[in-house]
Amino acid sequence: MQLIHHSHQPWRQAIPYVLWVALAVVVYVFFPDQLPLGARIACMAIFVMSLDLVVGYAGLATLGHCAMYGAGAYAAGLWATHVSGDPLVGLLVGAVAGALVAALSGLFLLRFQGLTFLMLTIAVSQILENLASKMRHWTGGDDGLSGFSMGKVLGLASFDLSGRVAFVYAVVVMLLSLWLMRRIMGSPFGLACVGIHENRLRMAALGSSVTAHLQRIYIVAGFFAGVAGALSAQINQIVGLDTLGFDLSAEALVMLVLGGAGHLHGAIAGTLVFMGIHHVASAINPYHWLFIIGALLVAVVLLPRERWSLAWRARLASLGAARVHPSRGVP
Amino acid sequence: MQLLANIAIDGLAYGMVLFIISVGLSVTLGLMRFINLAHGAFAMLGGYVCAWLVRLNDWPFVWGLIAAVLVTGVVGALLEVLVLRRLYRSGELQQVLFTIGLTFLMIATVNLLWGPEVQLIPLPVWLSAPVDLGFRTLPAQRLLVLGVGVLVVMLSAWVMHFTRFGIWLRAAVDNTSTASTLGIAVERVQVLAFAVGAGLAGLGGILGAELMPLEPYYPIKYLVLVLVVVSVGGMGQITGSLAAALALGIIETASKYLASDWGSMFFFVAMALLLAWRPEGLLVRRA
Repeated sequence: MQLIHHSHQPWRQAIPYVLWVALAVVVYVFFPDQLPLGARIACMAIFVMSLDLVVGYAGLATLGHCAMYGAGAYAAGLWATHVSGDPLVGLLVGAVAGALVAALSGLFLLRFQGLTFLMLTIAVSQILENLASKMRHWTGGDDGLSGFSMGKVLGLASFDLSGRVAFVYAVVVMLLSLWLMRRIMGSPFGLACVGIHENRLRMAALGSSVTAHLQRIYIVAGFFAGVAGALSAQINQIVGLDTLGFDLSAEALVMLVLGGAGHLHGAIAGTLVFMGIHHVASAINPYHWLFIIGALLVAVVLLPRERWSLAWRARLASLGAARVHPSRGVP
Repeated sequence: MQLLANIAIDGLAYGMVLFIISVGLSVTLGLMRFINLAHGAFAMLGGYVCAWLVRLNDWPFVWGLIAAVLVTGVVGALLEVLVLRRLYRSGELQQVLFTIGLTFLMIATVNLLWGPEVQLIPLPVWLSAPVDLGFRTLPAQRLLVLGVGVLVVMLSAWVMHFTRFGIWLRAAVDNTSTASTLGIAVERVQVLAFAVGAGLAGLGGILGAELMPLEPYYPIKYLVLVLVVVSVGGMGQITGSLAAALALGIIETASKYLASDWGSMFFFVAMALLLAWRPEGLLVRRA
């Protein structure tokens, strides 16, 4: 796990950001047809990163993270319908809604651990989904919440059919979220959460208040999940019940682990791979892509990344040694 | 009165199906601490094999059922020996991911072999006919489900408490390493428990095919239900699973009869309350 940042080499930290921006520019310039997909990926990446805070950093296995995403999405949609169409205010409203749901459900959920916690997170998200379905008058029920229009971003650019503005907007929000989350996880608070993940008892013995820390990280994760939900509501201009669905939580978990839990950049990479494969394979046949993703998951577990990277490093080291001491005949 | 009786009977039948499917998962969770999210796929496999034998190959229902249960059990045993055994020591997340991956593979395979349509298992005449119980008539299939459920409960109670295998199993659930130090062949107990659990899931898939239609996404669709029963009942607790399955089955059925527009709301509220009340299992008092 990449925990302590190399603060003496600030330029090294900037490299991944530069790479993401470069990738976004390449997509923007050369693949204008794929901009809506790119915006959806950026949006999902924020959600997967927020899941990473809970699963990868704090070590709480959850399958109900969509509760906060859905709350953010519905809050932003309702805000745009009834109050104002300003996208940035909408993002904030969604984020607050996500944080609020996390704070309230966290009070109940965080008393439990392991399988009980996992199942209760499912219960909370399912209860919210059923509530959203029942409150047809507000949420549109099965038909989804739609028909709200978004204003201009920063009063300058309005969302258009080509998806250019939505793409840039989503990518910028994603990069800002990434930067903020990395700052939070690099702080003493973030390190304390990782400590709780590694050994709850020892952290408690050290005087760290475990429950309060978990409650806080859960709220932070809820905040960013809410941002992701609000962003999806704004760029798709529809909010469906699937934003609160079990499938979304499970898929996000799969994306997270493909990229590597405990790495925020990995969360983005995993989202990119998963949604990219999904896009290509499901265009051919919706069932074929399950073969690919299933095989990927099985392979990720059976061939752990640590073993790969160790073998790879050993290889490099032996190559390096061979170059330095060619006479010794290292194999 | 009529309504209450309907709710009770349908709820009990539904609960029994849930119990038969999930009891194997409960035992393997308690025994191997292995989170097997592919358990629902065993239920689907049983149902599909039975449908294939009975509908397309004209086997008699009972033989199809027995063969399907055996096939599911053998597949479960093979999976345990070949792959899953290596994962007992990995973390929860690894197990969850591997078994989700396995589930995806099974969904795709089933779709490839049989297509995306719902598979029906044709019932013989003696099962589809209504039975007059004196005070009311019932479809014979419901009675079969209830009867088989009671049989499974009694058999598993007998195996757990009166046979050597049951002693081994309980010892291994309590403390695997001590059990193995005492000379119990823990690995063999694990394979057997896994195979029986998978076979029972297959049986549940066949018997419950009317309530839970067989289609490729079956394992994901009903995964949550099965996990709820196991977690509310408590890992490795057979009577706990039974109580949880019956209670949740009746609640779900009652809410479908009385408040269908609320969906599964009451089911999940009940689950959250029960879990919060007894996190270790419905019949386990907090220490």
